[in-house]
Amino acid sequence: MLKLKPLFLSLSLLALPAASFALSMNGAGSTFIYPLASKWFSDYNKSTGVEINYQSIGSGAGIRQLLAGTIDFGASDAPMPDSLLAKSPVPILHLPATIGAVAVVYNLPGVPTGMKLTPDVLAGIFLGSITKWNDPAITALNPGMNLPATDISVAHRSDGSGTTNIFTDYLTKVSPDWASKVGKGTAVNWPVGLGGKGNEAVAGLVKQVEGAVGYVELAYAIKNNLTYVLIRNQAGNYPTPSLETTSAAAAGSLKTMPADFRTSITNMPGKDAYPICGFTWFLVYQKYTDAAKGKALVDFLNWAMDEGQKMGPDLYYPELPASLVKKIKASIATIQVGQ
Amino acid sequence: MKSLNYGRRKAVDRTMRFICLLMALCIMVPLFSLMIYVTVRGLKRFDLDFFTHLPAPVGEPGGGMANAIVGTLTMILIASCVSLPISILGGVYLAEAGKTRFASLVRFTADVLSGVPSIVVGIFIYQVLVKPMHQFSALAGGLALAILMVPLVTRTTEELIKLVPRNMMEGSLALGAPRWKTTLFVVLQAARAGIATGVLLAIARIAGETAPLLFTSLNNQFWPSQINEPTASLTVQVFTFAISPFQDWQDQAWTGALVLLLLVVGVSLLSRLTLKGGRGLAN
Amino acid sequence: MPLNTDPRTPPVTPGGSRGQADLKPQQSGGLVQNKTPESRPSRIKKSWGDPVFKSVTLIFAGAILVLALAIAVELWVAAYPSIQGMGWHFFMTQKWDPVMNHFGGLSFIYGTVVSSLIAFLIATPFGIGISVFLTEMAPRALREPVSFLIEILAAIPSVVYGLWGIFVLAPLLSVHVYPYLIRWIGKPFFVGPSTGLSLLSAGIILAIMILPTIMSISREVFLAIPRSAREGALALGATRWETIVVAVISPSKPGLMGAIMLGLGRALGETMAVTMIIGNRPEVSLNLLGPSHSIASVIANEFAEATSDMHLAALSELGLVLMGITILINIAARVLVWSTSSKLRALEKA
Repeated sequence: MLKLKPLFLSLSLLALPAASFALSMNGAGSTFIYPLASKWFSDYNKSTGVEINYQSIGSGAGIRQLLAGTIDFGASDAPMPDSLLAKSPVPILHLPATIGAVAVVYNLPGVPTGMKLTPDVLAGIFLGSITKWNDPAITALNPGMNLPATDISVAHRSDGSGTTNIFTDYLTKVSPDWASKVGKGTAVNWPVGLGGKGNEAVAGLVKQVEGAVGYVELAYAIKNNLTYVLIRNQAGNYPTPSLETTSAAAAGSLKTMPADFRTSITNMPGKDAYPICGFTWFLVYQKYTDAAKGKALVDFLNWAMDEGQKMGPDLYYPELPASLVKKIKASIATIQVGQ
Repeated sequence: MKSLNYGRRKAVDRTMRFICLLMALCIMVPLFSLMIYVTVRGLKRFDLDFFTHLPAPVGEPGGGMANAIVGTLTMILIASCVSLPISILGGVYLAEAGKTRFASLVRFTADVLSGVPSIVVGIFIYQVLVKPMHQFSALAGGLALAILMVPLVTRTTEELIKLVPRNMMEGSLALGAPRWKTTLFVVLQAARAGIATGVLLAIARIAGETAPLLFTSLNNQFWPSQINEPTASLTVQVFTFAISPFQDWQDQAWTGALVLLLLVVGVSLLSRLTLKGGRGLAN
Repeated sequence: MPLNTDPRTPPVTPGGSRGQADLKPQQSGGLVQNKTPESRPSRIKKSWGDPVFKSVTLIFAGAILVLALAIAVELWVAAYPSIQGMGWHFFMTQKWDPVMNHFGGLSFIYGTVVSSLIAFLIATPFGIGISVFLTEMAPRALREPVSFLIEILAAIPSVVYGLWGIFVLAPLLSVHVYPYLIRWIGKPFFVGPSTGLSLLSAGIILAIMILPTIMSISREVFLAIPRSAREGALALGATRWETIVVAVISPSKPGLMGAIMLGLGRALGETMAVTMIIGNRPEVSLNLLGPSHSIASVIANEFAEATSDMHLAALSELGLVLMGITILINIAARVLVWSTSSKLRALEKA
């Protein structure tokens, strides 16, 4: 009868491979860590046969799925607030997995990379109070540059994002104006600008629109050959956004690092510290009743701290400082398995 | 005076028919632009690896979307098996019941259901199935897609059954066939090409949906071993790769889009060839 | 029993003539049989299959009702904190602030309605015009291949529409089309400059997406009309176009309305393509060339990351509002069709 022919055809195509009896686990969350995570889990699978499936659905979604118990672990670019941690029946550990830097990029033909901006000028641009590129506040900081009278077009994220969270966290710290008018979060009420869905869309917006300025993860700035801004850090220097300056920021945070690793690392002390950085944490349960899964996860986490870190730089992820790795491993050791 | 009037009517006739021709030509522009764009960008990674390998991390050659292709087919199958009986038989009921209160309510509801955003359908299945089971699965993904298919197929079936000439039905009844056999084997057969159109439109639509799968089937970089596990799908995989900063992944995303397009076109072609005729005695 | 079970109104046959359609409703529920000496039974053969079949189809039809209700209920429950907290302000405020936990839905409602309206205004004439071309004007051999090509448009994933929109459509429009709109028509609807990521671009891409639906269903409806209807009109001296209007389009109105409603439904709920091209700026403005936002795209954008309960509730409330908008549009369309067909019936009686 009716539509059975095409259905039967597709049925026959479903020669699914024999059920794999390998141990499998599911994790989800941060989009930022996805390229690195997929490399980790693929290599780990090749050496141990354990299938860890990680999907990038967003940090907030990862947190929610972890709380709902539909995944075995999560990853997030923003730490879980106390209110959410309290909701979990089993305590949740934050384990820093990698660090990310947010670059501020712009599109001004004829203007080279490396425009210098101070925190309050940056905030002014994104607040909409500075509207032209040749505003005195900007030209004063860049005497050697020939800045045109083009309008500034702001590009920001339209979707909830860890990148936004890091960027707005920084602006909230350095600009009381921003803190009172906008605040920080994965999604905020932007005073001005166009929204793009995802880092790729913001990079695209900046590339397309003359006079545009936006913020993206470092990898997107590099891959898209975008000109970026040098921002003054706490020490008064203008570090180039790079793997080294990002690691320096993480190192700068060690002195004030809390025991549960839940801290923001924007605007850190240190002469080379890049000011707009953030951790991405793995979120794991303190206890795993499934012994096989728990052990596999713990083994993976330790592997990620040693072997895994070395794979980072090729994909534009800086390595975690060694002293931090020691502390993280101590935390991993506290995970209870099989009780 | 009559001839004056006729001249004007003739002019209107020519103009309107010319406009219809123009419209058909107009739509060819975005159509070909899209097809060419997807094909050109998708051909780059259109190789055997794509159809046989699992996704590879960045920088490693030879990655593919084999599991995503199978996953998408699986979920379309699940969605069809669940939604087609409900929608086609539901459409039959609506056509037979005509203007009763209940039928009008169901008809109205089907139209409203077609306006629910696909992501809301996904969230609904998440709350109702995924959360209680603590499990993402192909089943949940298939069900979300089924909900999206139902309004389209139901209403199309109903409209097309109503258009089958009455003498066909009466002839069958006169020959002694019971009512239900008449409906199933005579009326539905007569309308089958039109119903197939509705089903194909629905399948084409769900094959391209990403949002409802995000919270139901999630996605998977490995082969699933059962229906009750996160399952890869072409659309989610394409979306994930497309928003990454890496050229190789973006190329694969376009190939995925091309494969999806070819898949739906293939199914459409197949059913057109196997369901020739079936438009009643109208023409 | 005849198909239209209400014996009080004469059977209105929306699908065009069905040959000798004026069967009188029979109390015995069937065809009139001549009594012959061989005493044939005077009722249609009763089969136990009939009530079973009827109940099965009834149950499945009811399932659709249950499904829609379940979705509405689930949305309501999820939206409750926001409904309680924001009240009617939700519909009057533009401000959408997840940090301050202050949510106003006006800009999304505006964007959804306007972009879908633009899509409707473009896709309906095009869809019906093209199916007229295919069924009434084009050579028979051309019909299947061309329909098939246009249906390919329905097979393109929405994510691909979005990407094509960003890389091809938006730049094209902003360079070659919008400047003329700005110059010739200007305020308040066309104010430049425009990046192409705008309400109008979203409407155009939606139109392309829903066109295959409207076209295919209209085509099927037109094809089901028997030759005799067209021949009758021509025999009475109508021009080809008049024949099309009177014998093909007019009687197909309910089918066409169904096609349009389904297309419109898709436009209202379309997520991925819209979110990539609409600019994602929550504000209400008459400028069609400026960025805007829509209900489906804000839900898609923010649902994944939203962690505060109020934020989630506000998003669910928007979903509920969209269902409400769909209900209103459907009611309006039905009232429209009912009022035009009752005018026709009044004319016939006179």
